[in-house]
This record gives sequence, structure tokens and C-alpha cells, in this order.
Amino acid sequence: AGGPECDRCGLVEDTQEKEGILPERAEEAKLKAKYPSLGQKPGGSDFLMKRLQKGQKYFDSGDYNMAKAKMKNKQLPSAGPDKNLVTGDHIPTPQDLPQRKSSLVTSKLAGGQVE
Amino acid sequence: RNKTTCLLKADIISTVEFNHTGELLATGDKGGRVVIFQREQESKNQVHRRGEYNVYSTFQSHEPEFDYLKSLEIEEKINKIRWLPQQNAAYFLLSTNDKTVKLWKVSERDKRPEGYNLKDEEGRLRDPATITTLRVPVLRPMDLMVEATPRRVFANAHTYHINSISVNSDYETYMSADDLRINLWNFEITNQSFNIVDIKPANMEELTEVITAAEFHPHHCNTFVYSSSKGTIRLCDMRASALCDRHTKFFEEPEDPSNRSFFSEIISSISDVKFSHSGRYIMTRDYLTVKVWDLNMENRPIETYQVHDYLRSKLCSLYENDCIFDKFECVWNGSDSVIMTGSYNNFFRMFDRNTKRDVTLEASRENSKPRAILKPRKVCVGGKRRKDEISVDSLDFSKKILHTAWHPSENIIAVAATNNLYIFQDKVN
Repeated sequence: AGGPECDRCGLVEDTQEKEGILPERAEEAKLKAKYPSLGQKPGGSDFLMKRLQKGQKYFDSGDYNMAKAKMKNKQLPSAGPDKNLVTGDHIPTPQDLPQRKSSLVTSKLAGGQVE
Repeated sequence: RNKTTCLLKADIISTVEFNHTGELLATGDKGGRVVIFQREQESKNQVHRRGEYNVYSTFQSHEPEFDYLKSLEIEEKINKIRWLPQQNAAYFLLSTNDKTVKLWKVSERDKRPEGYNLKDEEGRLRDPATITTLRVPVLRPMDLMVEATPRRVFANAHTYHINSISVNSDYETYMSADDLRINLWNFEITNQSFNIVDIKPANMEELTEVITAAEFHPHHCNTFVYSSSKGTIRLCDMRASALCDRHTKFFEEPEDPSNRSFFSEIISSISDVKFSHSGRYIMTRDYLTVKVWDLNMENRPIETYQVHDYLRSKLCSLYENDCIFDKFECVWNGSDSVIMTGSYNNFFRMFDRNTKRDVTLEASRENSKPRAILKPRKVCVGGKRRKDEISVDSLDFSKKILHTAWHPSENIIAVAATNNLYIFQDKVN
């Protein structure tokens, strides 16, 4: 265990004493190397809040119309690559929202052959 | 093209459950549909073919909804199905999505009345002036029709997403649990429920854990357990107080602080908790292990089984592709001697608690023919890979077995592999 990553995560020093580095610690080092700004607290509130907010879509017709009025002749910014994440200045448009699925199609389990 | 993708997604099975006799097997899927299979009666002629499961009924349980007030899309995906014990000719089950629980009645109709006086055979009204004689309608056999009707809708009681429902042993009440709260319902009353657990902090910034699963004790109607994202289980007694925020027992395995890593809390999150049939033990599933706890010992589990420990060296990529958040379920067999849970690559694992032997099996059409005996699989961790083994790097993480079920008394198991259902039986001697 040596190399540039060690200086950033600082964890490897502790475990060098042990027989081998815990696989999780090595994985953690990899992750922190890729995402240095990853939250200090392990697990924690970020995940939980994201979990609690599952399903939230941010289309608001009031916001949309006000933004349209404000923009006047300017083009509305279109959705970025991640259509599900709507933040900040981006005003969602009806085209950005996922289309409602049509319901009432029989499950393939109900129609299929039992082998 | 889009429509095809939509259909496939809707077919993903999200829950599997045998009823109390094992005669019926229900599946729920992402498209909000329930399919019920029934075991065919064993015939004297074909002793070697033990009863097979055929489609009995299918219905749309939940539809997609949009909560305009909160800008929230409510998925129709069926999170859980739980059967009520049979009390008359009809079958009853509870099915739930993220927000609404429904009680469904499934009943058979195999006779119909014929010979009405005021209607003709096609159902058209007859002119009363043409009726000169009276006859008594008779019941005649008809082709079996199975109807599913929604009998109760328990709505608007959950701000957060429902993860569990559990029928109480009193058969009069049941509970529904979401991320932060648990409610107690009476089957007859849909416009109110009692809140029995509330772990929502006054300030959401202080949120540290959520409820991940909950279940009533199989015999003691006052007792239930719920698990958390921090790897703990709380047992509560409803006789102690109306709001069971203070647990009666608290199950937690102490952690070696030197083992702590960024992933520790995430992989300790319990995805499922199940009482044993005896009611003496609880089984919990976290990302890498299944644990059995004795209700009389809170400080550590009595048994720990490694499901796929080789994933420890893959946690970084499993975090990046979100697989680390997959919620696997676990089940007991009828005699509580064997436990089963799913893994990746369409593998599922069984652990015999008595012999301490375990086996890895695969649910896939490519690798096994119908009626063939399943071959045990092995994952090779490093170094030389034997011919039959699969290396960790070749595992398909999109093929996950999250939902399985075990017949209440026989060695018949149901395994959901994405959009396919496999039913395996013990071989006949």
C-alpha cells in the first residue's frame, strides 16, 4: 500500500500495522479518490433524505409560467443529461417530465406458459 | 420501442407470498398487478407429478397516481402482499404500494342461475304481457370464474413510503410501516388508523435512521418488531403504551470500531426482518449477511451467515451503481431449520441451521431444464477458477433475486428473478 491516494485518504497508515488491509477500507480509499468531496459522515442524512424524497417531480405550472413570462423572448434552458434531477435555475417543461405509463396490460406471468 | 421497455419494466416482480396453506401463491409487480397461482389437486393417476401451480386469478391492484399538492409521483408498484388466513370460501389478501393498502377478496363462481321469468337467456327484459307461466330459476354449473374485488382501501395515512405490512395474529388488525412511522389498522375501518411508532425527529436535519421493515409476532398479538437503516431491531409491546416509541427490547450487534469504514452503516442497514414460525427467533438480512437472533438475547445474533462476502472488495463499484442499496428479503422454511435469501447473478442461497451446510443455486432458464435437479453453484474469489465456478467479476449485478418465498409446510420455493417466477420443489424419491 503506497502511492498518491494514500496521502489524501490518510486511512492506510492506520491499517498498515494489521495483517492485511480490510477490503472495505481499500474500497473506501478508491471511492474517496474518485469523489474527494464525498460527505464526511458515513451513511448519514444525505442518503436518508434522498430516500424519503423518492418520487418527487418538480414540475410546477406556476413556476413554469412565471419563468416563461420573465424570460420573454429568451429561449428556455432545456433539461440537462439527467432529466430526473431538477435543480436551481432550470425550469422544467412538460417535455422533460417522464410520460405517464399506460396501465391495464396483463402481466406476462398471467398469460405465460408454466414450465 | 418505448412501449416495449415500459412493458418489461412493469413485469418486474416486486413481491412473492404463499398463503397460509400454501395452496395459493401471489406475486405483485412494478405495474401494480397481482397474479395468483393455485396448486393443482394431486391426481391419483400421476403420483410423480406433485401439484403444480397454475394461474388462478390476475387483477390490477394499484394504478399510478400523481399527488399534485406535493408534486409527488406515486408508483403503482406493489411493495408487499400479505394473505389473511382463510375463514370462509373466499380468499383475502392485503396489497400495498408506497401510499395505499388495499384489501382484496378473491372468490370463485362456478354456478349461475338460469331460467329467469323476467329476463330471457341473453339477459334482455321480457314483455310481462307475454309471460303466462312461472318457473323457478335453477342454479346450473358454469365454467369456473375467479373474481377479485377490492373490499377496503386504506389510504392517506402515510406521508412516507410504505415498506411493510403485517397481519396480526388476532386477524382483526394489521400494521403498515413507512420510513418513519408505523400505523395500526382495523380491517373494518378505513378512515382512521392508530399511529403506534413515530421516529420522525422534530428537526429533519437530525434524521439519522429510518424504519426499513416491520412484522407482528406470529402468536402474540401485542408484540411486533421493526428494523432500522442502522442495523438495529426494536421489539415493542402494544400493552405498554399507545405510542410505542420506547422499545421493550433493542437488538444490536456491537461493532468493532477498527472495522469501521464509509460503507459500514450502509451495509448494516437491515432490508428485511422475519419472525420464525415458532416465534422464538427473528432473522434479519443486511447487505452481506443473514443473522438469526434469539428474542431472549439482545446483545448479539446467535447465528450469522455470509451470503456473498466476496462483495466486500467490490463495495466501491457497488456504491457507484447503487447496488449497495438493493433490498434483499429472507425467508424461513416451515420448520425453521433452513433459511433462504437471494443474491446476484440470479443466485440464491440456502443455509441449513442444523447441519451448518449451505448451498448456492441459480434461477435461470439457460442453465437448467425444467424438472432437472438444480446444480449447486460456486463463486470463485481469486486465484485459480475451476471449470464450473464463476468469478466475482463475471457476476451480473442486474440479475438480482430480491424476493423469495417458502411454502409453509412443504419444500416448495418460489423465486422471483426480475420478471420471471421460478417454482422449485423437492425431488420425489
